[in-house]
Amino acid sequence: MSDFILQAVAVSKTYYSAAGELEAVADINLTVCPGEFLCIVGPSGCGKTTLLQLLAGLLPPTRGEVRLAGVPLTEPHPDIAVVFQKPHLMPWRTVRQNVLLPLQVAGLPTDEADRRAAEALSLVRLADFADVYPKSLSGGMEQRVAVARALAQHPRLLLLDEPFGALDALTRERLNRRLLHIWQTRRLTAVMVTHNIREAVYLADRVLVLSPRPATVSAEFSIDLPRPRPDGIEYSEAFGRLAYEIRQAIRE
Amino acid sequence: MFIDSFSKFYSLQVRRGEKQNRTLKFSLEVASIIAGLSLTVAVWALAAKLGGYPVFILPDPLTVWQELVKAASGGLLWYHAQATLVEIMGGLALGLTAATTAGYFLAKSPLLERLAGPYIVASQSIPAIAIAPLLIIWFGSGKLSKVIICALVVFFPVLVNTIVGIRSVDDGLQTLMRSLRASRWQTFTMLEVPAALPVLLGGLKIGVTLSVIGAVVGEFVGADRGLGYLINLSKGLFNTPLMFAALITLAAISLALYLLVSGLERRLLAWRE
Repeated sequence: MSDFILQAVAVSKTYYSAAGELEAVADINLTVCPGEFLCIVGPSGCGKTTLLQLLAGLLPPTRGEVRLAGVPLTEPHPDIAVVFQKPHLMPWRTVRQNVLLPLQVAGLPTDEADRRAAEALSLVRLADFADVYPKSLSGGMEQRVAVARALAQHPRLLLLDEPFGALDALTRERLNRRLLHIWQTRRLTAVMVTHNIREAVYLADRVLVLSPRPATVSAEFSIDLPRPRPDGIEYSEAFGRLAYEIRQAIRE
Repeated sequence: MFIDSFSKFYSLQVRRGEKQNRTLKFSLEVASIIAGLSLTVAVWALAAKLGGYPVFILPDPLTVWQELVKAASGGLLWYHAQATLVEIMGGLALGLTAATTAGYFLAKSPLLERLAGPYIVASQSIPAIAIAPLLIIWFGSGKLSKVIICALVVFFPVLVNTIVGIRSVDDGLQTLMRSLRASRWQTFTMLEVPAALPVLLGGLKIGVTLSVIGAVVGEFVGADRGLGYLINLSKGLFNTPLMFAALITLAAISLALYLLVSGLERRLLAWRE
């Protein structure tokens, strides 16, 4: 058995195509402890999304192994929920029906599924929008539905692929605060990839820095900031120093 | 309603900003249809009257109406329309099943598409009327040969739309379904079918209209029953009013099928409104 909920052991991923080989991820080792919030930052195009897909069991590594609670992960697992860069909502389903999707796929009884969907929607404060179609939602609301859809699965591990990257700064700030609150009350384990350093410092217990392609872990930072994060911590000196150190560690 | 349906048919999506009062809109639609119909009949009556043509060249609307009522009440029209309807329904059932099944697998397998694609496209260069005699030799002059001709005509547009529809399914949603560990069947019913539905229904609209043509083509080439046969018969009898009655019945069938699919579309794709 292993004390880590998630582990990547010497994981590499090479894409083969007509244009040649492309090594996206090279020899990555990382561990995630239960209850931890881990952020992975790196320059854009460095293979962050590939890494997250490897950790989600959506892509098979070319070499190495991903382990979930010590067991090799070869395909998506019910304990893992993924929030993608784009919301990926089904336009023909209402907000509630979108949140119900994973539960229907898993074959949950209807009343249990309804209960979980309602709970997840109220966690992201979208209970009032349960019966509208995604068409009439704003970008921030769409991502909140995607988060609710992940939470409704009651995962042990939440993987987030820069979910708020396309949103404006204020919405992003608000959603990150909400996400931290949910993470803390639900005692989740979360791994988020992002290119936003301040976001990573605000959210994470630990930040890993990736090198440019092929991505490999080039630095690691412990974020010793108080939990729950006090208001305005983003403007404190300690926060600024951490953000600066991480910025220095990123090579482009 | 009609113009609107047709503009959708040619995928010129008319986006209406606000939802109008439904009943008001409906009565306006009905009024415009009645107005258009009255105008057509008036022009026709005028042309028949002023031209002074003999009845077997251009009968006036009243004569045609009387013939239509006579043929309908005598059961003649229904006897032939029934045969044509059975052929259309059979042809649609066969054509749609074959086209959607083949379309799904062609969309999923590029290899299969490369292998079968050229033959499918080449087959479309042969007009249905040119292979109808062969099919009648093979399957007899009864309903079966017409069902097959009808199915062949319906096949291609529905096939193409199925392929386009299935190919248009968002990759991100496919990845989502994979992350949820959905089975193939779940991905099919929960993602691929609803995602392809708008394009599929577009193909179905073209298909139902063509199915009427398919049945009539078959009946023209060899049959002893059906509206196509009735048209041929009235030609031999120089009974042009009866021919008009048969043509009007055919048009009514096409229109009814088309509106049926439009209604279905409005119901199933309500989420786009």
